[in-house]
Amino acid sequence: MERNLLGRVVVTVDVVEMGRALLGGAVIGASALALLAANGRIAGVSGIVDGLLARPRVERAWRAAFVAGLVVGGAIVRAVFDDPFRGLGTTPPALLAPAGLLVGFGASLGSGCTSGHGVCGVSRGSPRSIVATVVFMLAGAATVYLARHVLGGAR
Amino acid sequence: MTGVAAFLVGLAFALGLGLGGMTQPARVLGFLDVAGDWDPSLVLVMAGAIAVYGAAFPFVMRRRRPLLAATFQVPARRDVDGRLVVGALVFGVGWGLAGLCPGPALTALASGDPGVAIFVGAMLGGMAAHRLAEPRAAATAARAHRPEARTGRSRDA
Repeated sequence: MERNLLGRVVVTVDVVEMGRALLGGAVIGASALALLAANGRIAGVSGIVDGLLARPRVERAWRAAFVAGLVVGGAIVRAVFDDPFRGLGTTPPALLAPAGLLVGFGASLGSGCTSGHGVCGVSRGSPRSIVATVVFMLAGAATVYLARHVLGGAR
Repeated sequence: MTGVAAFLVGLAFALGLGLGGMTQPARVLGFLDVAGDWDPSLVLVMAGAIAVYGAAFPFVMRRRRPLLAATFQVPARRDVDGRLVVGALVFGVGWGLAGLCPGPALTALASGDPGVAIFVGAMLGGMAAHRLAEPRAAATAARAHRPEARTGRSRDA
């Protein structure tokens, strides 16, 4: 924590970073809105991907197209932004497989993730989504606390 | 046509994630690290997204049908059950371990980092494992996504 000469805590707020975050959020919201207006579907990434695994096959084409759009968009992000994937590669590889398993299983069991619950559901005032968002944020914060400050691990 | 729309939406969604810094695990973990050097950007990204989506949602839903599909499929359930809470808990632990959730992970596949591919593969495995463990719950969700399902009857978010 940074302190000034009088010992007061100084919080440095980067206005440009804050503006970028807000604008990025607005773009995400507008994209999700476009999916609702055009296709009538909720832009929940885990639900869209989970649906690709369904048997019998249900609405595969648009789901696959959405995922392809994310990946191609990622290539543009890589080309345009400065250090767009900062921190990737710092997580020990041995943790990435269990982390992915938990994220996939948890999102399917809980019917949504950061986009479906955190953005679309919270916007609609859905009690389920508000509870889910609070729970996964607390669980995420507790996990990071344990990893960084108790086990004092790799990061 | 719904495929073209979904592709463009996915593309724009990825750009929003990149602009907001959500494709950076360092930033996401910085947000979750409340006892460390806290990074508020995830709150701002969510605020921006919720402001736009929340403000326009009622106006979009006032239309009789979407532009390209027969019906709107918006979740109608309001009950909080054990599946929801345990699922969110499990999801949150994985999210905190890697700083990645499904949207940013798929977007970050373009980075070429092999770790992301491992994460995404495991994520698909986790989803498949849930289908094996709970075929009924998974099938209910899938059925609700069929075009003939009525508005407001979908069971997942």
